[in-house]
Amino acid sequence: MTDITAHGHASSTGISNVKLGMWTFLGSECLLFGGLISTYMLYRGRVTGGPRPSQIFDIPFTSVSSFVLLMSSLTMVLAVSAAHKSEDRKTNLWLTVTALLGATFVGGQVYEFTAFYNEGLGFSTSLFGSSFYTLTGFHGVHVTVGIIMLMSLVGIFKRSKVSGNKAEVVEMIGLYWHFVDIVWIIIFTLVYLIPV
Amino acid sequence: MTTETTHTSPSVEHVENHGMSNAGYIRIAAILAAITALEVSTVYVDFGPLFLPALLIMMVVKFIMVVSYFMHLKFDNKLFSFMFYAGLVLAVGVYAAFLATFKFFIQ
Repeated sequence: MTDITAHGHASSTGISNVKLGMWTFLGSECLLFGGLISTYMLYRGRVTGGPRPSQIFDIPFTSVSSFVLLMSSLTMVLAVSAAHKSEDRKTNLWLTVTALLGATFVGGQVYEFTAFYNEGLGFSTSLFGSSFYTLTGFHGVHVTVGIIMLMSLVGIFKRSKVSGNKAEVVEMIGLYWHFVDIVWIIIFTLVYLIPV
Repeated sequence: MTTETTHTSPSVEHVENHGMSNAGYIRIAAILAAITALEVSTVYVDFGPLFLPALLIMMVVKFIMVVSYFMHLKFDNKLFSFMFYAGLVLAVGVYAAFLATFKFFIQ
């Protein structure tokens, strides 16, 4: 038996294969970030002469960055909502705002990395430095990839070259974006708020 | 046999698929922002022995709210929940065991 999903393509399960694939991918991403977070938790106290986390972390600054990323999840879900209602102009607007908020977060991360480096925490200064830069750097790369996808989507939509269901495409990128946000929710608490 | 499950109206499809209005999303975002403010306050206000449990509970609540409402997992097919939570539970289990081998939890 073949069902046609809500997004209009045939599937033996009656649910979207694209969506199932995305959720499976996000499940596997949990393992990737789980490894990076665990490694950081293990090494966060190994500073070997370099600065300690409490000496360099700027909690007010990172809190604002976290708030910006959290609000980008709101604008993303509003983009998905607009896409489902076939409101193309609103969809493009919210996707662009989401990308801008994401770029603000990445900009903040670049500033933070530069400040930490100037305060003596290089990638190879200590195990704390290596695990911190690897974890937050991997997250930053994920946000950057998300921004590229969002801006590509806006460009493709403006040229009306999207094949298949627009709403599903926006929803898939939305799932990726929200995942990046939930990873930061964990990083913000475990890395920044819980002292060593 | 082919079973048609598409909806006629985009707005009807939206509400049925995701179960929330834009005002609902804004309310969720406001709650998330308030929890974040409370998390940050733990750095400046002494919560005593409740500090760590409170932070971890707030982190989990935020995580579940984003996954359930913004990612629509609460309203979507249960197979999606299984695929995601299977990965998450596997990750937590594997890395908790990994950290236990390094005596992380008794330091």
